[in-house]
Amino acid sequence: MGKRIDVSDLDIYYGDFLAVEKVTMVIEPRTVTALIGPSGCGKSTFLRSLNRMHEVIPGAHVEGKVVMDGQDIYGSDVDPVDVRRSIGMVFQRPNPFPTMSIAENVLAGQRLNNKRMRKAESEELVERSLRGANLWEEVKDRLGRPGSSLSGGQQQRLCIARAIAVQPQVLLMDEPCSALDPISTLAIEDLIGELKQDYTIVIVTHNMQQASRVSDETGFFNIAGTGKPGKLIEMADTTTMFSNPSQKATEDYVSGRFG
Amino acid sequence: MSSTAPPPTRIGGARARQGDRVFRGTATAAGTAILLILAGVTAFLVAESIPALTAPAEEVPGGEGFARYVGPLLFGTVLAAIIALLVGAPLGVGIALYLSHFAPRRLAYGLGYVIDLLAAVPSIVFGLWGIFTLGPALVPIYVWLEANAGWIPFFAGPASATGRTILTAGLVLAAMILPVVTAISREIFSQTPRLHQEAALALGATRWEMIRYAVIPYGRSGVVSAAMLGLGRALGETMAVALVLSASGGVGLNLISSSNPGTIPANIALNFPEATGLAVNTLIATGLVLFVLTFAVNFAARAIVNRRAEFSGAN
Repeated sequence: MGKRIDVSDLDIYYGDFLAVEKVTMVIEPRTVTALIGPSGCGKSTFLRSLNRMHEVIPGAHVEGKVVMDGQDIYGSDVDPVDVRRSIGMVFQRPNPFPTMSIAENVLAGQRLNNKRMRKAESEELVERSLRGANLWEEVKDRLGRPGSSLSGGQQQRLCIARAIAVQPQVLLMDEPCSALDPISTLAIEDLIGELKQDYTIVIVTHNMQQASRVSDETGFFNIAGTGKPGKLIEMADTTTMFSNPSQKATEDYVSGRFG
Repeated sequence: MSSTAPPPTRIGGARARQGDRVFRGTATAAGTAILLILAGVTAFLVAESIPALTAPAEEVPGGEGFARYVGPLLFGTVLAAIIALLVGAPLGVGIALYLSHFAPRRLAYGLGYVIDLLAAVPSIVFGLWGIFTLGPALVPIYVWLEANAGWIPFFAGPASATGRTILTAGLVLAAMILPVVTAISREIFSQTPRLHQEAALALGATRWEMIRYAVIPYGRSGVVSAAMLGLGRALGETMAVALVLSASGGVGLNLISSSNPGTIPANIALNFPEATGLAVNTLIATGLVLFVLTFAVNFAARAIVNRRAEFSGAN
Protein backbone atom coordinates (compact mmCIF):
# COMPACT_ATOMS: atom_id res chain seq x y z
CA MET A 1 0.00 0.00 0.00
CA GLY A 2 0.97 3.61 -0.43
CA LYS A 3 1.25 4.96 -3.96
CA ARG A 4 3.31 7.67 -5.59
CA ILE A 5 1.51 10.71 -6.96
CA ASP A 6 2.82 12.81 -9.85
CA VAL A 7 1.20 16.20 -10.27
CA SER A 8 2.08 18.09 -13.41
CA ASP A 9 1.02 21.60 -14.48
CA LEU A 10 -2.15 21.56 -12.42
CA ASP A 11 -4.35 24.66 -12.69
CA ILE A 12 -7.27 24.73 -10.27
CA TYR A 13 -10.32 26.90 -10.92
CA TYR A 14 -13.44 28.04 -9.10
CA GLY A 15 -15.63 28.88 -12.08
CA ASP A 16 -13.52 31.35 -14.10
CA PHE A 17 -11.30 32.22 -11.17
CA LEU A 18 -7.88 30.62 -11.28
CA ALA A 19 -7.18 29.74 -7.64
CA VAL A 20 -3.97 27.74 -7.96
CA GLU A 21 -1.58 27.95 -10.89
CA LYS A 22 0.77 25.42 -12.48
CA VAL A 23 1.60 23.09 -9.66
CA THR A 24 4.12 20.38 -10.41
CA MET A 25 4.94 18.07 -7.54
CA VAL A 26 5.99 14.52 -6.81
CA ILE A 27 4.65 12.85 -3.69
CA GLU A 28 6.68 9.81 -2.75
CA PRO A 29 5.03 6.67 -1.43
CA ARG A 30 4.97 6.09 2.33
CA THR A 31 6.17 9.56 3.22
CA VAL A 32 4.50 12.47 4.94
CA THR A 33 4.30 15.56 2.76
CA ALA A 34 3.35 18.80 4.51
CA LEU A 35 1.84 21.74 2.63
CA ILE A 36 2.38 25.08 4.33
CA GLY A 37 1.66 28.67 3.41
CA PRO A 38 -0.37 31.71 4.42
CA SER A 39 -4.19 31.66 4.47
CA GLY A 40 -5.84 31.73 1.07
CA CYS A 41 -2.76 30.53 -0.79
CA GLY A 42 -4.58 27.51 -2.19
CA LYS A 43 -2.99 24.68 -0.24
CA SER A 44 -6.34 23.23 0.89
CA THR A 45 -7.73 23.69 -2.59
CA PHE A 46 -4.73 21.81 -3.98
CA LEU A 47 -5.17 19.04 -1.41
CA ARG A 48 -8.84 18.63 -2.32
CA SER A 49 -7.95 18.37 -6.00
CA LEU A 50 -5.84 15.29 -5.23
CA ASN A 51 -8.92 13.14 -4.58
CA ARG A 52 -11.34 15.08 -6.79
CA MET A 53 -13.17 16.55 -3.81
CA HIS A 54 -12.52 19.97 -5.31
CA GLU A 55 -15.11 19.42 -8.00
CA VAL A 56 -18.03 18.88 -5.60
CA ILE A 57 -18.20 22.67 -5.38
CA PRO A 58 -20.38 23.94 -8.25
CA GLY A 59 -18.27 25.36 -11.07
CA ALA A 60 -14.98 24.08 -9.70
CA HIS A 61 -12.66 22.28 -12.10
CA VAL A 62 -9.00 21.65 -12.85
CA GLU A 63 -6.67 21.47 -15.84
CA GLY A 64 -3.52 19.41 -15.83
CA LYS A 65 -2.60 15.96 -14.67
CA VAL A 66 -2.56 14.06 -11.42
CA VAL A 67 -1.10 10.62 -12.06
CA MET A 68 -1.30 7.87 -9.50
CA ASP A 69 -0.14 4.37 -10.31
CA GLY A 70 0.23 5.22 -13.99
CA GLN A 71 -3.32 6.48 -14.26
CA ASP A 72 -4.44 10.10 -14.57
CA ILE A 73 -7.15 10.46 -11.92
CA TYR A 74 -8.71 13.18 -14.06
CA GLY A 75 -8.83 10.89 -17.10
CA SER A 76 -12.16 10.85 -18.93
CA ASP A 77 -12.78 7.20 -18.07
CA VAL A 78 -12.07 7.59 -14.36
CA ASP A 79 -14.97 7.73 -11.94
CA PRO A 80 -14.34 10.25 -9.12
CA VAL A 81 -16.07 7.84 -6.76
CA ASP A 82 -13.32 5.25 -7.36
CA VAL A 83 -10.62 7.88 -6.89
CA ARG A 84 -12.04 8.85 -3.50
CA ARG A 85 -12.22 5.22 -2.44
CA SER A 86 -8.48 4.84 -2.87
CA ILE A 87 -7.50 8.31 -1.64
CA GLY A 88 -8.98 8.92 1.80
CA MET A 89 -9.48 12.28 3.44
CA VAL A 90 -9.58 13.71 6.96
CA PHE A 91 -11.09 17.15 7.37
CA GLN A 92 -10.30 20.23 9.37
CA ARG A 93 -13.18 19.74 11.75
CA PRO A 94 -14.00 16.23 12.95
CA ASN A 95 -17.05 15.02 11.05
CA PRO A 96 -18.21 11.60 12.18
CA PHE A 97 -21.72 10.81 10.95
CA PRO A 98 -23.85 11.98 13.87
CA THR A 99 -26.60 9.47 13.18
CA MET A 100 -24.28 6.48 13.34
CA SER A 101 -22.64 4.73 16.26
CA ILE A 102 -18.87 4.57 16.65
CA ALA A 103 -18.73 1.12 15.07
CA GLU A 104 -21.06 2.11 12.22
CA ASN A 105 -18.88 5.12 11.50
CA VAL A 106 -15.83 2.91 11.10
CA LEU A 107 -17.74 0.54 8.82
CA ALA A 108 -19.35 3.31 6.74
CA GLY A 109 -16.85 3.13 3.89
CA GLN A 110 -16.96 -0.64 3.80
CA ARG A 111 -20.73 -0.60 3.55
CA LEU A 112 -20.44 1.82 0.63
CA ASN A 113 -18.31 -0.67 -1.21
CA ASN A 114 -21.27 -3.04 -0.91
CA LYS A 115 -19.10 -5.60 0.74
CA ARG A 116 -21.19 -7.97 2.74
CA MET A 117 -19.25 -8.92 5.83
CA ARG A 118 -19.87 -11.49 8.44
CA LYS A 119 -20.31 -10.17 11.96
CA ALA A 120 -16.96 -11.49 13.12
CA GLU A 121 -15.23 -9.95 10.12
CA SER A 122 -16.74 -6.53 10.64
CA GLU A 123 -15.96 -6.63 14.36
CA GLU A 124 -12.41 -7.48 13.48
CA LEU A 125 -12.24 -4.58 11.02
CA VAL A 126 -13.67 -2.16 13.59
CA GLU A 127 -11.08 -3.21 16.13
CA ARG A 128 -8.19 -3.13 13.65
CA SER A 129 -9.13 0.33 12.34
CA LEU A 130 -9.70 1.79 15.79
CA ARG A 131 -6.42 0.34 17.00
CA GLY A 132 -4.78 1.83 13.91
CA ALA A 133 -6.14 5.21 14.96
CA ASN A 134 -5.08 4.73 18.61
CA LEU A 135 -8.66 4.95 19.73
CA TRP A 136 -9.55 1.34 20.55
CA GLU A 137 -8.70 1.39 24.25
CA GLU A 138 -10.81 4.50 24.82
CA VAL A 139 -13.97 3.36 23.04
CA LYS A 140 -13.99 -0.45 23.10
CA ASP A 141 -16.70 -0.52 25.77
CA ARG A 142 -19.04 1.84 23.98
CA LEU A 143 -18.94 1.00 20.30
CA GLY A 144 -22.70 1.37 20.09
CA ARG A 145 -22.71 4.94 21.35
CA PRO A 146 -23.04 7.81 18.87
CA GLY A 147 -19.81 9.12 17.36
CA SER A 148 -20.76 12.61 18.44
CA SER A 149 -20.53 11.55 22.11
CA LEU A 150 -16.72 11.56 21.88
CA SER A 151 -14.42 14.50 22.55
CA GLY A 152 -13.08 16.52 19.62
CA GLY A 153 -9.74 14.75 19.54
CA GLN A 154 -11.39 11.34 19.78
CA GLN A 155 -13.82 12.27 17.01
CA GLN A 156 -10.90 13.23 14.77
CA ARG A 157 -9.22 9.89 15.45
CA LEU A 158 -12.56 8.19 14.72
CA CYS A 159 -12.54 9.97 11.36
CA ILE A 160 -9.03 8.68 10.74
CA ALA A 161 -10.18 5.17 11.67
CA ARG A 162 -13.07 5.55 9.24
CA ALA A 163 -10.70 6.67 6.50
CA ILE A 164 -8.20 3.83 7.00
CA ALA A 165 -10.89 1.16 7.35
CA VAL A 166 -11.25 1.06 3.56
CA GLN A 167 -7.47 0.66 3.22
CA PRO A 168 -6.79 3.59 0.92
CA GLN A 169 -3.51 4.14 -0.90
CA VAL A 170 -3.19 7.73 0.18
CA LEU A 171 -4.47 9.71 3.15
CA LEU A 172 -5.10 13.44 2.74
CA MET A 173 -5.37 15.54 5.88
CA ASP A 174 -6.69 19.08 5.76
CA GLU A 175 -5.45 20.81 8.93
CA PRO A 176 -6.52 17.82 11.02
CA CYS A 177 -5.42 19.36 14.32
CA SER A 178 -6.55 22.94 13.95
CA ALA A 179 -9.71 22.37 16.01
CA LEU A 180 -7.96 20.30 18.70
CA ASP A 181 -6.18 20.92 21.99
CA PRO A 182 -2.41 20.30 22.34
CA ILE A 183 -2.78 16.83 23.90
CA SER A 184 -5.10 15.60 21.14
CA THR A 185 -2.82 17.22 18.58
CA LEU A 186 0.10 15.25 19.96
CA ALA A 187 -1.94 12.04 19.75
CA ILE A 188 -2.74 12.71 16.09
CA GLU A 189 0.86 13.61 15.27
CA ASP A 190 2.11 10.38 16.82
CA LEU A 191 -0.50 8.55 14.80
CA ILE A 192 0.67 10.20 11.56
CA GLY A 193 4.17 8.92 12.30
CA GLU A 194 2.81 5.37 12.59
CA LEU A 195 0.50 5.59 9.60
CA LYS A 196 3.24 6.56 7.18
CA GLN A 197 4.60 3.02 7.36
CA ASP A 198 1.56 1.95 5.37
CA TYR A 199 0.15 5.03 3.70
CA THR A 200 1.23 7.98 1.64
CA ILE A 201 0.19 11.01 3.66
CA VAL A 202 -0.32 14.59 2.55
CA ILE A 203 -1.11 17.06 5.31
CA VAL A 204 -2.05 20.72 5.10
CA THR A 205 -1.07 22.64 8.20
CA HIS A 206 -0.90 26.20 9.42
CA ASN A 207 1.43 25.17 12.16
CA MET A 208 5.07 25.21 11.05
CA GLN A 209 6.26 23.36 14.12
CA GLN A 210 3.81 20.64 13.25
CA ALA A 211 5.10 20.50 9.69
CA SER A 212 8.68 20.17 10.92
CA ARG A 213 7.69 17.53 13.47
CA VAL A 214 5.68 15.19 11.30
CA SER A 215 6.75 15.56 7.69
CA ASP A 216 9.51 14.26 5.46
CA GLU A 217 8.87 16.66 2.59
CA THR A 218 7.46 20.16 2.74
CA GLY A 219 5.88 22.25 0.01
CA PHE A 220 5.46 25.99 0.46
CA PHE A 221 2.54 27.74 -1.26
CA ASN A 222 2.27 31.49 -1.56
CA ILE A 223 0.07 34.09 -3.16
CA ALA A 224 1.22 37.32 -4.79
CA GLY A 225 -1.83 39.27 -3.66
CA THR A 226 -5.62 39.13 -3.28
CA GLY A 227 -7.28 37.81 -6.44
CA LYS A 228 -4.02 36.37 -7.76
CA PRO A 229 -3.58 32.61 -8.05
CA GLY A 230 -1.65 30.68 -5.42
CA LYS A 231 1.57 28.99 -6.49
CA LEU A 232 3.86 26.29 -5.24
CA ILE A 233 6.97 28.33 -4.45
CA GLU A 234 9.29 25.59 -3.36
CA MET A 235 9.34 21.99 -2.34
CA ALA A 236 12.15 20.07 -0.68
CA ASP A 237 12.81 17.75 2.23
CA THR A 238 11.61 19.24 5.47
CA THR A 239 15.01 19.78 7.08
CA THR A 240 16.24 21.78 4.10
CA MET A 241 13.02 23.79 3.90
CA PHE A 242 13.28 24.90 7.50
CA SER A 243 17.04 25.44 7.69
CA ASN A 244 18.21 26.43 4.26
CA PRO A 245 15.41 27.16 1.76
CA SER A 246 16.39 28.33 -1.69
CA GLN A 247 13.69 30.99 -1.99
CA LYS A 248 13.60 34.24 -0.04
CA ALA A 249 9.80 34.03 0.45
CA THR A 250 10.11 30.57 1.99
CA GLU A 251 12.75 31.75 4.40
CA ASP A 252 10.64 34.76 5.41
CA TYR A 253 7.62 32.55 5.99
CA VAL A 254 9.27 29.73 7.96
CA SER A 255 11.17 32.23 10.11
CA GLY A 256 7.90 33.92 10.97
CA ARG A 257 8.47 37.20 9.15
CA PHE A 258 5.02 37.03 7.54
CA GLY A 259 2.00 34.77 7.34
CA MET B 1 -5.27 40.28 22.46
CA SER B 2 -4.57 42.37 25.49
CA SER B 3 -4.19 40.89 28.92
CA THR B 4 -6.37 43.41 30.72
CA ALA B 5 -9.72 41.99 31.69
CA PRO B 6 -12.80 43.73 30.20
CA PRO B 7 -14.91 45.66 32.73
CA PRO B 8 -17.46 43.31 34.30
CA THR B 9 -20.77 43.43 32.50
CA ARG B 10 -24.01 42.90 34.32
CA ILE B 11 -25.86 40.03 32.74
CA GLY B 12 -29.02 39.15 34.58
CA GLY B 13 -28.05 41.70 37.18
CA ALA B 14 -30.39 43.42 39.58
CA ARG B 15 -31.48 46.30 37.36
CA ALA B 16 -33.63 45.15 34.45
CA ARG B 17 -33.83 47.47 31.48
CA GLN B 18 -37.16 48.81 30.24
CA GLY B 19 -36.82 47.06 26.86
CA ASP B 20 -36.03 43.73 28.48
CA ARG B 21 -39.10 43.98 30.70
CA VAL B 22 -41.40 44.78 27.78
CA PHE B 23 -39.99 41.99 25.66
CA ARG B 24 -40.19 39.50 28.45
CA GLY B 25 -43.77 40.53 29.18
CA THR B 26 -44.94 40.11 25.58
CA ALA B 27 -43.11 36.80 25.15
CA THR B 28 -44.63 35.43 28.35
CA ALA B 29 -48.07 36.67 27.32
CA ALA B 30 -47.79 35.00 23.93
CA GLY B 31 -46.68 31.73 25.50
CA THR B 32 -49.48 31.81 28.04
CA ALA B 33 -52.06 32.67 25.38
CA ILE B 34 -51.35 29.42 23.55
CA LEU B 35 -52.04 27.40 26.68
CA LEU B 36 -55.16 29.40 27.50
CA ILE B 37 -56.58 28.98 24.00
CA LEU B 38 -55.89 25.26 24.07
CA ALA B 39 -57.48 24.95 27.50
CA GLY B 40 -60.47 26.98 26.34
CA VAL B 41 -61.02 24.82 23.26
CA THR B 42 -60.73 21.65 25.32
CA ALA B 43 -63.15 22.93 27.95
CA PHE B 44 -65.68 23.92 25.28
CA LEU B 45 -65.46 20.60 23.49
CA VAL B 46 -65.75 18.56 26.68
CA ALA B 47 -68.61 20.63 28.10
CA GLU B 48 -70.62 20.50 24.88
CA SER B 49 -69.90 16.81 24.35
CA ILE B 50 -71.11 15.57 27.71
CA PRO B 51 -74.83 15.56 26.78
CA ALA B 52 -74.12 13.38 23.74
CA LEU B 53 -71.79 11.07 25.62
CA THR B 54 -74.25 10.51 28.47
CA ALA B 55 -77.47 10.40 26.43
CA PRO B 56 -79.33 7.11 26.07
CA ALA B 57 -78.30 5.27 22.92
CA GLU B 58 -81.60 5.67 21.04
CA GLU B 59 -81.57 9.49 21.29
CA VAL B 60 -78.21 9.90 19.59
CA PRO B 61 -78.52 10.32 15.78
CA GLY B 62 -78.46 6.87 14.22
CA GLY B 63 -80.17 5.49 17.29
CA GLU B 64 -77.36 3.18 18.32
CA GLY B 65 -75.33 5.30 20.70
CA PHE B 66 -72.40 7.63 20.28
CA ALA B 67 -69.70 4.99 19.83
CA ARG B 68 -71.60 3.44 16.94
CA TYR B 69 -72.10 6.90 15.44
CA VAL B 70 -68.52 8.06 15.61
CA GLY B 71 -66.84 4.73 14.81
CA PRO B 72 -67.33 4.71 11.03
CA LEU B 73 -66.50 8.41 10.84
CA LEU B 74 -63.29 7.89 12.77
CA PHE B 75 -62.43 4.99 10.51
CA GLY B 76 -63.05 7.09 7.40
CA THR B 77 -61.02 10.00 8.75
CA VAL B 78 -58.04 7.83 9.54
CA LEU B 79 -58.29 5.88 6.28
CA ALA B 80 -58.38 9.03 4.11
CA ALA B 81 -55.52 10.57 6.09
CA ILE B 82 -53.41 7.42 5.81
CA ILE B 83 -53.93 7.28 2.04
CA ALA B 84 -52.96 10.95 1.86
CA LEU B 85 -49.86 10.35 3.94
CA LEU B 86 -48.80 7.20 2.07
CA VAL B 87 -49.00 9.04 -1.24
CA GLY B 88 -48.14 12.58 -0.20
CA ALA B 89 -45.23 12.08 2.19
CA PRO B 90 -42.91 9.98 -0.02
CA LEU B 91 -43.73 12.21 -2.98
CA GLY B 92 -43.08 15.33 -0.95
CA VAL B 93 -39.78 14.00 0.41
CA GLY B 94 -38.76 12.94 -3.09
CA ILE B 95 -39.53 16.38 -4.51
CA ALA B 96 -37.66 17.99 -1.61
CA LEU B 97 -34.58 15.85 -2.25
CA TYR B 98 -34.72 16.65 -5.94
CA LEU B 99 -34.99 20.37 -5.23
CA SER B 100 -32.22 20.42 -2.62
CA HIS B 101 -29.69 18.07 -4.19
CA PHE B 102 -30.38 17.28 -7.82
CA ALA B 103 -32.14 20.10 -9.64
CA PRO B 104 -30.17 22.92 -11.24
CA ARG B 105 -30.34 25.93 -8.95
CA ARG B 106 -32.62 28.06 -11.10
CA LEU B 107 -35.08 25.26 -11.75
CA ALA B 108 -35.12 24.43 -8.03
CA TYR B 109 -35.99 28.01 -7.23
CA GLY B 110 -38.88 28.09 -9.69
CA LEU B 111 -40.23 24.69 -8.71
CA GLY B 112 -40.05 25.52 -5.01
CA TYR B 113 -42.09 28.62 -5.72
CA VAL B 114 -44.74 26.63 -7.57
CA ILE B 115 -44.97 24.14 -4.70
CA ASP B 116 -45.46 27.00 -2.25
CA LEU B 117 -48.22 28.37 -4.47
CA LEU B 118 -49.97 25.02 -4.19
CA ALA B 119 -50.28 25.70 -0.45
CA ALA B 120 -52.10 28.95 -1.19
CA VAL B 121 -54.87 27.26 -3.19
CA PRO B 122 -58.11 27.34 -1.13
CA SER B 123 -59.35 23.93 -0.10
CA ILE B 124 -62.68 24.42 -1.83
CA VAL B 125 -60.79 24.63 -5.13
CA PHE B 126 -59.17 21.29 -4.37
CA GLY B 127 -62.63 19.93 -3.63
CA LEU B 128 -64.04 21.13 -6.94
CA TRP B 129 -61.00 19.79 -8.76
CA GLY B 130 -61.58 16.45 -7.05
CA ILE B 131 -65.22 16.28 -8.11
CA PHE B 132 -64.96 17.53 -11.66
CA THR B 133 -61.49 16.48 -12.79
CA LEU B 134 -59.72 13.95 -10.65
CA GLY B 135 -62.78 11.81 -9.81
CA PRO B 136 -63.97 11.26 -13.40
CA ALA B 137 -60.38 10.80 -14.55
CA LEU B 138 -59.90 8.02 -12.02
CA VAL B 139 -63.06 6.10 -12.97
CA PRO B 140 -61.44 4.08 -15.79
CA ILE B 141 -58.54 3.26 -13.48
CA TYR B 142 -60.94 2.07 -10.79
CA VAL B 143 -62.75 -0.08 -13.34
CA TRP B 144 -59.44 -1.56 -14.45
CA LEU B 145 -58.38 -2.15 -10.85
CA GLU B 146 -61.64 -3.93 -10.09
CA ALA B 147 -61.21 -6.17 -13.11
CA ASN B 148 -57.52 -6.94 -12.67
CA ALA B 149 -56.75 -6.50 -9.00
CA GLY B 150 -60.15 -7.27 -7.55
CA TRP B 151 -58.70 -10.08 -5.43
CA ILE B 152 -57.01 -7.43 -3.28
CA PRO B 153 -59.62 -6.33 -0.71
CA PHE B 154 -58.79 -2.67 -1.40
CA PHE B 155 -59.98 -2.95 -4.98
CA ALA B 156 -62.89 -5.37 -4.55
CA GLY B 157 -65.36 -2.96 -6.21
CA PRO B 158 -67.92 -2.51 -7.59
CA ALA B 159 -66.09 0.49 -8.97
CA SER B 160 -67.78 3.82 -8.35
CA ALA B 161 -69.32 5.43 -11.42
CA THR B 162 -68.57 8.96 -10.26
CA GLY B 163 -65.08 8.37 -8.89
CA ARG B 164 -66.05 10.07 -5.63
CA THR B 165 -64.48 7.39 -3.46
CA ILE B 166 -62.38 7.40 -0.33
CA LEU B 167 -59.32 6.80 -2.51
CA THR B 168 -60.08 9.92 -4.56
CA ALA B 169 -60.55 11.89 -1.34
CA GLY B 170 -57.23 10.55 -0.05
CA LEU B 171 -55.49 11.55 -3.29
CA VAL B 172 -56.94 15.06 -3.13
CA LEU B 173 -55.70 15.28 0.45
CA ALA B 174 -52.29 14.04 -0.69
CA ALA B 175 -52.09 16.95 -3.13
CA MET B 176 -53.07 19.28 -0.30
CA ILE B 177 -50.39 18.09 2.15
CA LEU B 178 -47.71 18.01 -0.55
CA PRO B 179 -46.65 21.67 -0.16
CA VAL B 180 -46.11 21.56 3.59
CA VAL B 181 -44.24 18.24 3.47
CA THR B 182 -42.10 19.42 0.56
CA ALA B 183 -41.33 22.87 1.95
CA ILE B 184 -40.25 21.66 5.39
CA SER B 185 -38.27 18.68 4.08
CA ARG B 186 -36.50 20.83 1.50
CA GLU B 187 -35.55 23.34 4.16
CA ILE B 188 -34.14 20.61 6.43
CA PHE B 189 -32.31 18.81 3.63
CA SER B 190 -30.64 21.97 2.40
CA GLN B 191 -29.38 22.64 5.93
CA THR B 192 -27.44 19.37 6.08
CA PRO B 193 -23.94 20.38 7.18
CA ARG B 194 -21.54 20.46 4.24
CA LEU B 195 -19.03 18.70 6.44
CA HIS B 196 -21.19 15.56 6.73
CA GLN B 197 -21.91 15.49 3.02
CA GLU B 198 -18.22 15.81 2.24
CA ALA B 199 -17.41 13.09 4.77
CA ALA B 200 -19.57 10.69 2.78
CA LEU B 201 -18.26 11.84 -0.60
CA ALA B 202 -14.65 11.54 0.54
CA LEU B 203 -15.30 7.92 1.49
CA GLY B 204 -16.28 7.28 -2.10
CA ALA B 205 -20.03 7.67 -1.88
CA THR B 206 -22.07 8.34 -5.00
CA ARG B 207 -24.54 11.18 -4.80
CA TRP B 208 -27.39 8.88 -3.80
CA GLU B 209 -25.23 7.12 -1.19
CA MET B 210 -24.20 10.50 0.18
CA ILE B 211 -27.87 11.41 0.54
CA ARG B 212 -28.56 8.11 2.30
CA TYR B 213 -25.60 8.52 4.66
CA ALA B 214 -25.70 12.20 5.47
CA VAL B 215 -28.79 14.00 4.24
CA ILE B 216 -31.68 11.69 5.09
CA PRO B 217 -30.49 10.74 8.60
CA TYR B 218 -29.86 14.39 9.35
CA GLY B 219 -33.34 15.36 8.16
CA ARG B 220 -35.20 12.43 9.71
CA SER B 221 -36.79 14.25 12.63
CA GLY B 222 -37.67 17.17 10.38
CA VAL B 223 -39.31 14.87 7.87
CA VAL B 224 -41.33 13.17 10.62
CA SER B 225 -42.49 16.60 11.81
CA ALA B 226 -43.37 17.57 8.25
CA ALA B 227 -45.35 14.36 7.77
CA MET B 228 -47.18 14.97 11.06
CA LEU B 229 -48.10 18.51 10.07
CA GLY B 230 -49.38 17.07 6.81
CA LEU B 231 -51.28 14.35 8.65
CA GLY B 232 -52.80 17.02 10.89
CA ARG B 233 -54.04 18.86 7.83
CA ALA B 234 -55.35 15.69 6.24
CA LEU B 235 -57.21 14.67 9.42
CA GLY B 236 -58.80 18.07 9.83
CA GLU B 237 -59.55 18.92 6.20
CA THR B 238 -63.22 19.71 5.82
CA MET B 239 -64.34 21.34 2.60
CA ALA B 240 -62.41 19.28 0.08
CA VAL B 241 -63.51 15.99 1.60
CA ALA B 242 -67.10 17.17 2.06
CA LEU B 243 -67.24 17.91 -1.65
CA VAL B 244 -65.34 14.96 -3.04
CA LEU B 245 -66.43 12.07 -0.89
CA SER B 246 -69.87 10.56 -1.38
CA ALA B 247 -70.26 9.14 2.09
CA SER B 248 -72.74 6.41 2.82
CA GLY B 249 -71.36 5.17 6.09
CA GLY B 250 -69.98 1.78 5.07
CA VAL B 251 -66.95 0.59 6.99
CA GLY B 252 -64.56 -1.48 4.94
CA LEU B 253 -61.23 -1.54 3.24
CA ASN B 254 -62.77 -1.25 -0.21
CA LEU B 255 -61.25 1.94 -1.57
CA ILE B 256 -62.96 2.23 -4.96
CA SER B 257 -66.63 1.52 -4.37
CA SER B 258 -69.40 4.07 -3.95
CA SER B 259 -70.06 2.92 -0.39
CA ASN B 260 -67.62 4.99 1.62
CA PRO B 261 -67.27 5.96 5.25
CA GLY B 262 -67.46 9.70 5.89
CA THR B 263 -64.87 11.69 7.78
CA ILE B 264 -65.41 13.56 11.03
CA PRO B 265 -64.80 17.12 9.80
CA ALA B 266 -66.72 16.66 6.56
CA ASN B 267 -69.57 15.08 8.46
CA ILE B 268 -69.72 18.05 10.83
CA ALA B 269 -69.75 20.49 7.93
CA LEU B 270 -72.48 18.62 6.09
CA ASN B 271 -74.80 18.05 9.07
CA PHE B 272 -74.27 21.05 11.28
CA PRO B 273 -76.61 23.48 9.45
CA GLU B 274 -79.66 21.26 10.05
CA ALA B 275 -78.70 19.90 13.44
CA THR B 276 -80.56 20.86 16.60
CA GLY B 277 -80.42 19.83 20.23
CA LEU B 278 -78.61 16.62 20.97
CA ALA B 279 -77.49 16.26 17.33
CA VAL B 280 -75.35 19.39 17.78
CA ASN B 281 -73.79 17.91 20.92
CA THR B 282 -73.12 14.70 19.05
CA LEU B 283 -71.33 16.54 16.25
CA ILE B 284 -69.22 18.46 18.76
CA ALA B 285 -68.40 15.20 20.51
CA THR B 286 -67.09 13.83 17.20
CA GLY B 287 -64.96 16.96 17.07
CA LEU B 288 -63.59 16.08 20.49
CA VAL B 289 -62.68 12.63 19.23
CA LEU B 290 -60.79 14.19 16.33
CA PHE B 291 -59.05 16.57 18.75
CA VAL B 292 -57.87 13.67 20.91
CA LEU B 293 -56.74 11.75 17.82
CA THR B 294 -54.59 14.60 16.48
CA PHE B 295 -53.10 15.05 19.93
CA ALA B 296 -52.23 11.37 20.13
CA VAL B 297 -50.68 11.45 16.67
CA ASN B 298 -48.49 14.40 17.62
CA PHE B 299 -47.34 12.77 20.82
CA ALA B 300 -46.50 9.59 18.95
CA ALA B 301 -44.51 11.57 16.40
CA ARG B 302 -42.59 13.32 19.11
CA ALA B 303 -41.83 10.01 20.80
CA ILE B 304 -40.49 8.63 17.51
CA VAL B 305 -38.25 11.64 17.04
CA ASN B 306 -36.98 11.60 20.63
CA ARG B 307 -36.24 7.91 20.70
CA ARG B 308 -33.04 8.45 18.76
CA ALA B 309 -32.40 12.03 19.82
CA GLU B 310 -28.84 11.11 20.79
CA PHE B 311 -28.13 10.19 17.20
CA SER B 312 -29.96 13.14 15.68
CA GLY B 313 -26.97 15.28 14.86
CA ALA B 314 -28.30 18.07 17.04
CA ASN B 315 -25.49 17.54 19.53
